[in-house]
Amino acid sequence: MLQGAADVAKRLLAGEVGAGARAIRWLDDRDPRGAEVLAAIYPQTGRAQVVGVTGPPGAGKSTLTDILVAEWRKRGQRVGVIAVDPSSPFTGGAILGDRVRMSRHALDPGVFIRSLGTRGQAGGLSRSTQDACLIFDAMGYDIVLVETVGVGQDEIDVVNLAHTTIIVAVPGLGDEIQAVKAGLMEAGDIFVVNKADRDGYDATHRQMELMLHLRAQAVADLRWDVPLLRAAAAKGEGAEAIVDAIAAHRSFLDQEGDFANRSRLRAREQVLSLVRDALAARALAMSGDAILQQVEMRRLDPYAAADRILSALSEKSAAA
Amino acid sequence: MTTFKRPLRVLLAKLGMDTHTVGVTVIGHALREAGMEVIFTGLKQTPEMVCAAAVQEDVDVVGISTLSAGHTRSLPKLARLLREAGAGDKLLVAGGVIPEEDKPILEQAGVDRIFTMGSDTRDIVAYLESWWAARLAEDAA
Repeated sequence: MLQGAADVAKRLLAGEVGAGARAIRWLDDRDPRGAEVLAAIYPQTGRAQVVGVTGPPGAGKSTLTDILVAEWRKRGQRVGVIAVDPSSPFTGGAILGDRVRMSRHALDPGVFIRSLGTRGQAGGLSRSTQDACLIFDAMGYDIVLVETVGVGQDEIDVVNLAHTTIIVAVPGLGDEIQAVKAGLMEAGDIFVVNKADRDGYDATHRQMELMLHLRAQAVADLRWDVPLLRAAAAKGEGAEAIVDAIAAHRSFLDQEGDFANRSRLRAREQVLSLVRDALAARALAMSGDAILQQVEMRRLDPYAAADRILSALSEKSAAA
Repeated sequence: MTTFKRPLRVLLAKLGMDTHTVGVTVIGHALREAGMEVIFTGLKQTPEMVCAAAVQEDVDVVGISTLSAGHTRSLPKLARLLREAGAGDKLLVAGGVIPEEDKPILEQAGVDRIFTMGSDTRDIVAYLESWWAARLAEDAA
């Protein structure tokens, strides 16, 4: 049976699945033992390539994930999968069903699949997703694949998290461009049109090509030529070229020093978001309720209220 | 809005070769409405697959739906695998077509609770909630 945080950290570094799973649970539940584990394992992280898979609901992200995992396993790489599904904002409950499509990897010791609910976080991920990436990284998985919830038009937090982001589009969502608007289109490192055996594939492919062409014209940085690939994941087609492209992107990042850059950006985002949350909690605990009441009664506007809370915070830290 | 703190995590799986998913789907949605995180594993699972998923997902409860007989072998096997994997503290619950005379066999083998056909989802939710409350109180002590 697992003991305290130190024991869990030691065992997960040795690759023990149960220990890694427990660490992720603690971090997801914001149990303080999670932070202890993270502190102990953090120096051992920074090696895994984090690959984000995102796209609209029904694009086949889970099925695509399944065939990518199979391809990586063929090449001898160990893979951690984090599959995020939405939590109900009303009850907090969630149906996490992504494993269903990855059942064939259930007994493969080189594959660790973890389902997470968004738990109130917007942006397509849970707050704990990054932590779970670090745990898998420390456990020695070569690839950490993060499958986001089905996203709309700008829920692209995964870009801040992943070294390589794959945008999955699919024919037949009506106006195809709807599915890959501004944020998504600018974010991807690799584009995949899935369900290529369906009617409308050619049209979708053409439109994506056009968008990528326009993007290339608008962006000065052309060092990475964004590939547009086809897949029919349910038939097992397309994984080889996609995994090749992911490996090529890794080499590109390493060559350009961008792997370190993206890791740094990611660390920065996480630290800032932790600071933001802690500050907000402290501010609200100190003076929030009274001030919020004034805003509610229209005696104070939101900007002035924020100013007041911030100056109260800095006075307090100056006095301390 | 709810505060998202330590929701109960439940793995729902079907053991055996049948493909009747209505019951397990209804229960999944009832648990979700009660604020639980429900993880589905899909059809035709073996005890080994369910055990691996339960460990990876670090769930609190493993719920098995069985409608195709064979449960007097597969459920005790699952209970043993969970214990061997250091996951014997998870609550193991079974439901479906389970004859009365099989119940003692299963209970003795480590199945914590059996819900047979016609069980009210509200009873299942209430049972899990009270088990979870007791477990949390135990952890806090």
